Amino acid sequence: MKQLSTKVTSNGHGQDSSYFLGWEEYEKNPYDEIKNPNGMIQMGLAENQLCFDLIESWLAKNPDAASLKRNGQSIFKELALFQDYHGMPEFKKAMAEFMEEIRGNRVTFNPKKIVLAAGSTSANETLMFCLAEPGDAFLLPTPYYPGFDRDLKWRTGAEIVPIHCSSSNGFQITESALQQAYQQAHKLGLKVKGVLVTNPSNPLGTALTRRELNLLVDFITSKNIHLISDEIYSGTMFGFEQFISVMDVLKDKKLENTDVTKRVHVVYSLSKDLGLPGFRVGAIYSNDDMIVSAATKMSSFGLVSSQTQYLLSALLSDKKFTSQYLEENQKRLKSRQKRLVSGLESAGITCLRSNAGLFCWVDMRHLLDTNTFEAELDLWKKIVYNVKLNISPGSSCHCTEPGWFRVCFANMSEDTLDLALKRLKTFVESTDCGRMISRSSHERLKSLRKKTVSNWVFRVSWSDRVPDER
Amino acid sequence: MVALTAEKQDHNLLSRMAAGDGHGENSAYFDGWKAYEENPFHPIDRPDGVIQMGLAENQLCGDLMRKWVLEHPEASICTAEGVNQFSDIAIFQDYHGLPEFRQAVAKFMEKTRNNKVKFDPDRIVMSGGATGAHETVAFCLANPGDGFLVPTPYYPGFDRDLRWRTGVNLVPVTCHSSNGFKITVEALDAAYENARVPVKGLLITNPSNPLGTTLDRDCLKSLVKFTNDKGIHLIADEIYAATTFGESEFISVAEVIEEIPDCNRDLIHIVYSLSKDMGLPGLRIGIIYSYNNRVVQIARKMSSFGLVSSQTQHLIAKMLSDKDFVDEFIRKSKLRLAERHAELTTGLDGLGIGWLKAGAGLFIWMDLRNLLKTATFDSEMELWRVIVHKVKLNVSPGGSCHCHEPGWFRVCFANMDHQTMETALERIRVFTSQIEEESLKLTKQMAKKKKCWQSSLRLSFKDTRRFEEGFFSPHSPVPPSPLVRAQI
Repeated sequence: MKQLSTKVTSNGHGQDSSYFLGWEEYEKNPYDEIKNPNGMIQMGLAENQLCFDLIESWLAKNPDAASLKRNGQSIFKELALFQDYHGMPEFKKAMAEFMEEIRGNRVTFNPKKIVLAAGSTSANETLMFCLAEPGDAFLLPTPYYPGFDRDLKWRTGAEIVPIHCSSSNGFQITESALQQAYQQAHKLGLKVKGVLVTNPSNPLGTALTRRELNLLVDFITSKNIHLISDEIYSGTMFGFEQFISVMDVLKDKKLENTDVTKRVHVVYSLSKDLGLPGFRVGAIYSNDDMIVSAATKMSSFGLVSSQTQYLLSALLSDKKFTSQYLEENQKRLKSRQKRLVSGLESAGITCLRSNAGLFCWVDMRHLLDTNTFEAELDLWKKIVYNVKLNISPGSSCHCTEPGWFRVCFANMSEDTLDLALKRLKTFVESTDCGRMISRSSHERLKSLRKKTVSNWVFRVSWSDRVPDER
Repeated sequence: MVALTAEKQDHNLLSRMAAGDGHGENSAYFDGWKAYEENPFHPIDRPDGVIQMGLAENQLCGDLMRKWVLEHPEASICTAEGVNQFSDIAIFQDYHGLPEFRQAVAKFMEKTRNNKVKFDPDRIVMSGGATGAHETVAFCLANPGDGFLVPTPYYPGFDRDLRWRTGVNLVPVTCHSSNGFKITVEALDAAYENARVPVKGLLITNPSNPLGTTLDRDCLKSLVKFTNDKGIHLIADEIYAATTFGESEFISVAEVIEEIPDCNRDLIHIVYSLSKDMGLPGLRIGIIYSYNNRVVQIARKMSSFGLVSSQTQHLIAKMLSDKDFVDEFIRKSKLRLAERHAELTTGLDGLGIGWLKAGAGLFIWMDLRNLLKTATFDSEMELWRVIVHKVKLNVSPGGSCHCHEPGWFRVCFANMDHQTMETALERIRVFTSQIEEESLKLTKQMAKKKKCWQSSLRLSFKDTRRFEEGFFSPHSPVPPSPLVRAQI
């Protein structure tokens, strides 16, 4: 084995984690309404499958783009040869405008500062290569997307130091948590190069508040470090609040054209908002010319297929389509999320109140035998193998408190979701806790609802409703 | 002072990788790309522009490709005929790749090796082009500080692909024109013994870029034996497999290992792509094919960083499954390559310009050693600048390919039509006849004055056109395609 690199012989790919093991179990026995009705239902996959009909109907109305033609003439030959790592100008323009539209056209994105990548997986890794030396650290609020362990650390040699967030305040980022993480990195002898946040958050399904964003910008300013804002779920915001991007905050703080702005980088992708993960479309947006230049060259290792760029530039340039899509997407996500939340409630389970994303952060602490990660894993195994639902345990997302699970809702039909909820309810009712629920369900639900409301009230804190903001 | 400090701060805030030159694009060789980008040849709009002969692209069969795509709307997931598959394909991000894609690629690889060997679709791993494939293989087989042996001359992109982000070194194995640049065991041994870093593998490109030569069976066997004996990897970049023409035969390492019963296959890996054989560089289809199970496993996980777009996988699966089309495409491609190659080499023969005899690739290895004032790379560089800026042909100087001997140039021929080739040859004719004139003048003058001629070249041109010496790094090592230019 010494003939292979340590990257091969170690398990830095992170795929021995339960997050990926659940997927493997699903692969062995996938649910199918007709062919395999007792199979495992995939609720661990954050995919947006709710709006394909909108894209398909656009394709039907746009035969030129659909068949790689321009003005009726096939341009396949030209597309086949197009491998310029700057990307197609009209595609980057369309991406920039789409990102602006998602942010209510309050901020502008310069297409020349967009670097295309093969998915946000590649975009995040490339940014790490550009910003961190092996052994340098980035601070990430927990819980975080399990894939980051691979994307940010595996081949780059960078480290992740967690910013511990807790349920006591709805997992919001606090100043003390930031400082603690920074100091912890130093204790470990690691140089902190930046902070990476996912906004809206995966796995929480919540958008960062303005308070948190201000805190982050102030923090990176004082420490002279970078901020990467992974905003791949920005178009999935369905709550009544508007999505606030880090770019909004930089603008509002009048920090454009300052050094700080050069240290803030946005990662985007069309995998979640448009539901096109197979097309591998990711992007880095940076105000630092050196980063743009280096990342552009690095994108040679994972360019976006030219036929995909062409198709999507036509799709995203159609403003009528994009505005209709974004609105409808949000409606459908909201409705599906509500269905999940109320289904869980009827099983005596609450979630963190969410306003974005393709999943809910579900509180199953009351179902644990003990308040430990071993108990969480036991519960998870029961849910995967007995209830046949693949959901993601909080420990795989580096959550510091056992008992939380990420449950996806946008990658299945309503019927499948209902079936999943039915299975879960049956399971819960069969446990000790479940029996308690059935005995005093009314009281318990009442108190759970109170808890839910107080969570809700806490998250929508007063500072977010100051009248002079917009 | 404040500005300097700010700049220094900026510099420290980026990684050394981002701030440094590891991408290789600050090399003076990019001057040629820049010259082309600023003044690209067009037969009508810019007849005096620079002709691109530095781009190894196969553009000779684009018409066949376009026709097939038009005739097979079901191969697209966007047309009425194919849209029923849109959602399934759009969500498909499994890094195993579409099974039908892998099967079709495996069959195509077999076909381009004359069906003499079988490829297992389960060993096919995707990557972001051959560029991504090479980097991934380097990450899998070597640690930072380790080295790969690479015979010279080699594709300049290897300096970036194998080294930049991986920290791996390249150890040149010197090949000489005296034996047609063949790789000898002596050269391998010497490079291996004298390497200052732990050697983890040998990377060969077969057919060779920039030489256009193919390795014969005995040579391949000796390479397998050498690497096996040393316990190091053999990585065969076979991206030009289907570009052989005429009498030339391509023998894959896959074929050769079948003839070596005690071969340690865990050390054998192939890098492939559809960019050259099928002329589809824009679609980013790179393949890693390893005989080592662990490498397949891990490379597959790494492929998350550069998967092939599912839209493209679907199209290619359909296209390569069309046996008749594939047979016809390969047949015509070889014919057209042979034709264009013959056009160029016949033209050069007529002018007394030498070239390495080879029967594959999208380029020839041209011998201009007798035009150098001195057998130095400085002289080669000066000659190259004349060719780029005065003759207006962007060719690749051997020095950029790490050739051991100055005076060789890679000249691409498959990325232009017949008319452009004629124009390029005409310019070379004019160039050489000017050299002849100057040579006669010089001889006469030298006979008269018996003075040394202080020219930067062996022969200089009395040209009234302004000679611009720019050393800017271009935006991209690959100039924009007509598609991009039309939109700007």
